[in-house]
Amino acid sequence: MTAATQTKPPGDASASANRSKRNLTIAKAMAEAIGQEMRRDSSVLVMGEDIGRLGGVFGNTRGLIEEFGPERIRDTPISETAFIGAAVGMAAVGMKPIVELMFVDFYGVCMDAIYNLAAKNCYFSGGQVPLPMVIMTSCGGGYSDAGQHSQCLYGTFAHLPGLKVVVPSNAYDAKGLMLAAIRDPNPVIYMFHKALQGMGWLGTVKGAITDVPEDDYVLPIGRAALVRPGRDVTLVGFGNTLHHALDAAADLAGEGIEAEVIDLRSIVPLDRETILASVKRTGRLVVVDDDYQSFGVSAEIIATASEGAFAALKAAPRRVAFPDIPIPFSPALERPLMPDANKVAAAARQVCKGN
Amino acid sequence: MKPTRDQWLWMYETMVTSRLFEEAIAAAYFEGKTPAFNMANGPIPGEMHLSNGQEPCAVGVCAHLTADDFVTATHRPHHIAIAKGVDLDAMAAEIFGKSTGLSGGRGGHMHIFDARVNFGCSGIIAEGMGPVTGAALAFKLRKQPRVAVSFIGEGAANQGAFHEALNLAALWKVPAVFVIEDNGWGISVAKAQSTAIANNDLRAAAYGIPGHRVADNDPLAIFEVAGEAVARARSGGGPSLIEIETSRLEGHFIGDAQNYRPEGELPALKARDPIPALRDRLLREKVMDQATETALRDRAGAKVAAAIDAARAAAYPQPQEAFEKVFA
Repeated sequence: MTAATQTKPPGDASASANRSKRNLTIAKAMAEAIGQEMRRDSSVLVMGEDIGRLGGVFGNTRGLIEEFGPERIRDTPISETAFIGAAVGMAAVGMKPIVELMFVDFYGVCMDAIYNLAAKNCYFSGGQVPLPMVIMTSCGGGYSDAGQHSQCLYGTFAHLPGLKVVVPSNAYDAKGLMLAAIRDPNPVIYMFHKALQGMGWLGTVKGAITDVPEDDYVLPIGRAALVRPGRDVTLVGFGNTLHHALDAAADLAGEGIEAEVIDLRSIVPLDRETILASVKRTGRLVVVDDDYQSFGVSAEIIATASEGAFAALKAAPRRVAFPDIPIPFSPALERPLMPDANKVAAAARQVCKGN
Repeated sequence: MKPTRDQWLWMYETMVTSRLFEEAIAAAYFEGKTPAFNMANGPIPGEMHLSNGQEPCAVGVCAHLTADDFVTATHRPHHIAIAKGVDLDAMAAEIFGKSTGLSGGRGGHMHIFDARVNFGCSGIIAEGMGPVTGAALAFKLRKQPRVAVSFIGEGAANQGAFHEALNLAALWKVPAVFVIEDNGWGISVAKAQSTAIANNDLRAAAYGIPGHRVADNDPLAIFEVAGEAVARARSGGGPSLIEIETSRLEGHFIGDAQNYRPEGELPALKARDPIPALRDRLLREKVMDQATETALRDRAGAKVAAAIDAARAAAYPQPQEAFEKVFA
């Protein structure tokens, strides 16, 4: 077993046996982690649009302004270039800002502060100016908000050296990854998926709501989790697509195909070891990604398998991803294009053919 | 508020140091680039933006700052770095791409960082303004008597970052000063062709903060205006905007033919070179005598020569060092 299997799968209560379970949404788990760290470390603060009185459009700062006040839970004007740039300056002088820009689709307006400043100042200063900061954003479609409010863009951020990128698939991981992200001395892009978040106005995938210990715990950034062992095919997912992979694995088991499921949890750094170890065991690989198909995470994982486990591959790897088109509005257009468990299962059957 | 004698001498010596540094950099820059100019060749490859003529902006503002104050500069950063107290030897080595450079050769001339004196810069127009707003907010929240200063060019005043940061800094009343070095040119585009109003200090009114304009690249006027703005910031009065009419005595970068300049402009600017002008004034007003001037100039020259010599002699980084410091 690899190191990845040492961490708990979603929903597995690990803390002391005598505590009662607390099922939380990702939104609540994120807010709890932020609040705990703000109590512990006075250099942590949150800035962003509607993160104060509203508690975040996606609920992940709810309840914090009541405890910490408007200085540390700071609503900003709609000036992303200024406030994400400001986070860079705050981090440069020793604070640990968490900033939110609510939709990943909005980053075009402030990308310079991220990819030229946050991602490069540590390097260009020869390590003199590390930037401990977290940038939170929502991603994902499937609810007819069209392509300026539905993208994932994991690959866009993962492509830029100097940024770490995490994507939790469940509330337990969301809390541990948030605590890890705030304590990391580097910029971390924390991407949470709307379908998992637990919002009253949008359905929530059941598996995302998990037991979350009240204790302080950290999930190491850069480590994937093997969440379901299996001998026949490796399914790699993360965030929302992890749930498609798990559902597909359950279906496939009924047909006698045992799928091994990996939750990446972090995209940067990518846990290539866990992916390669699994592919070497199964010889088959399907990657699920709800970002655009080309030049993204799915391509990187398949390249990793080709470079590092070519001899073990029994079939060409496949991917299930969103096609390379802007995300359309009409449910008749959008929904059929989304990755889902059926597509993942079909791809797995394809690679398992001719056993 | 007038400079003390020590401040005057510091300002003069720092301006001279900066100019001699730029002259030494220019000389080294042309090595290996003749007869055919290829930016990739020579001991200093890449773009090079010299600050000759803009020294008064750097010294007039930085005279009011300490190492604890935070400064961002532009793609044309040397004069400000020197005035802020950045390690000259390590900066020279960085510009030569050597392992002893401020960042071990990873950044070069447009990415000068010296955390010891809270100095940083970036090659992207106006993008220092957000970080300065944030650093200033951090100082305010921690109740520290520190200020943050962002130097930008006049072309940056048409960037979204300029307006967003001014609004945010004013809204949060942070201890920041935004200094526009108006050298009249955004590479080849004259200010009047790019900017809807004559003077950018007027734009301060849109954010309810003081705006100041300094004419004639005058070190005394810059010192006075900056002193007021820094004191205001330090005492909790919030941010200010200053525009200084300065002059760029070289091209945008070395190699720029400057065909866009009106005939006679460059000789006229050079005739008003701020360094001999300040020398004459300090001699005339008996702030220093000729012997002092010579001594300051010699000391500046020796410092620059030592920095350039050490940079030339230093080793290049090992190729594998490129993979270090991506993350902390």
